[in-house]
Amino acid sequence: MGALILDPLAALGRGAFAACRTAGAVALFALEALSHLFRPPFHWRMFARAFVEIAWFSLPVVALTAVFTGMVLALQSYTGFARFNAQSAIASVVVISLTRELGPVLAALMVAGRIGASFAAEIGTMRVTDQIDALTTLSTNPMKYLVAPRLLAATIAMPLLVLVADILGVMGGWLIGIVKLNFVSAAYLKSTFDFLQTEDVVSGLVKAAVFGFIVALMGTWCGYNSRGGAQGVGGATTTAVVASSILILAFDYGLTEIFFGQ
Amino acid sequence: MKQDVPKIRLRGVRKAFGTKQVLDGIDLDVAARHSMVILGGSGSGKSVMLKCILGLIEPDEGVIEIDGEDVLRMPRREREALNDRIGMLFQNGALFDSLPVWENVCFKLLAQKRISRAAARDKAAEVLAQVGLAASVGDLYPSELSGGMQKRVALARAVAAQPDIILFDEPTTGLDPIMGAVIDGLIVDCVRRLGATAISITHDMASARRIGDDAAMIHKGRIVWTGPAANLGHTGNDLVDQFARGEREGPIQMELRR
Repeated sequence: MGALILDPLAALGRGAFAACRTAGAVALFALEALSHLFRPPFHWRMFARAFVEIAWFSLPVVALTAVFTGMVLALQSYTGFARFNAQSAIASVVVISLTRELGPVLAALMVAGRIGASFAAEIGTMRVTDQIDALTTLSTNPMKYLVAPRLLAATIAMPLLVLVADILGVMGGWLIGIVKLNFVSAAYLKSTFDFLQTEDVVSGLVKAAVFGFIVALMGTWCGYNSRGGAQGVGGATTTAVVASSILILAFDYGLTEIFFGQ
Repeated sequence: MKQDVPKIRLRGVRKAFGTKQVLDGIDLDVAARHSMVILGGSGSGKSVMLKCILGLIEPDEGVIEIDGEDVLRMPRREREALNDRIGMLFQNGALFDSLPVWENVCFKLLAQKRISRAAARDKAAEVLAQVGLAASVGDLYPSELSGGMQKRVALARAVAAQPDIILFDEPTTGLDPIMGAVIDGLIVDCVRRLGATAISITHDMASARRIGDDAAMIHKGRIVWTGPAANLGHTGNDLVDQFARGEREGPIQMELRR
């Protein structure tokens, strides 16, 4: 009888301890990687490669996501707001939703799937094929070479991506507004910019930087700690995407609370 | 430095992973400019021992000395400086997929800023020639090379920075006998040309006799025999002789699940 009660509690306790250990390990990993940003040498070539990979090659998927999100947002807002004769608020709802929330969150989720998985797979493969050990024997610190440049690149590239996503998302909404909802173009744009405030954009860009850091951190951490050949690398890739997606949503709430909470 | 101090010295090195005691008190001396071959069955701890010497794995106990200095108790910077003098050829080559061959070969020189990127291409061509590869190979990526060529490139990378200690982890595994003999010849040439001290792990007896001046056998985490590599097969030690002849019957019993 005692075992019936104690066994689930013990399992819960073990799970909680494991979660705390992992959180601690990720935090130490991040701190070590960050410390390498301030200690020379810095591998600019690796930074440039990661930056191009994130900022340039993620652009198509992020752009498409943003455009369609803006279009859907305009349509959905119209069907809702028409009930209260509040169609004039559609432009401001689209721009505020995109800059504060949907731009950063959706772009980050797309980048998590693309870049987080790619970092985990590449570094994981390097781990299981001894390439990371080889770096150490070749006078190169793997954290400095593989992790620090990727963290910095993702933290800088994500706000730029989100800025583009914001603009394209607004354009998607504007397109639907004038083509399908019979708005006058100038009036739609005026309404968009009249209600947009600097903090709407800045808060979204700060979120984007944090999300970029999370995506790169989870991708590199999962890859760096992968074990056991192809299966281990596959598991690391999945974990990187799932963990960064959940963390993006959790941190989104936290940051929203900080920026806009009462 | 005294002449009788071994280049590499291990005393009582122990390492366990969970409940499995992989190294159980390794004692080994490798004289300067000698080539030592380590023999032993799969899972006997050979690669772990090499990784302990390189500092990739921290032993639980014991002493590892290089040139008489205890490397396990060295400050990190000194340890890194010492590692600059060590070259390593990994079992599967461990070449960097994302870099062309020339950059792989000169990676250490570039990392230490001992050479410019322009000069590295010429240096890579020079080192590739020493392992019998054309300069044009330098522009290829590792995935475009055969297994034998990858081993040669890995060997070129290990010796490019002219280390005074070189470690080889199963350099001929997965190669045909002729290519294995070619790689062995290149290893002997490189080690002699550099005047380096070498430790090689191998299962291949012909390779062991070609590469090694001395040999040691590791069994159940301990060194059970050391002697001249030329004596392999008739050492008088039952464990070594069984291993060298590849005999099924003898004191070494494979752990098989039935």
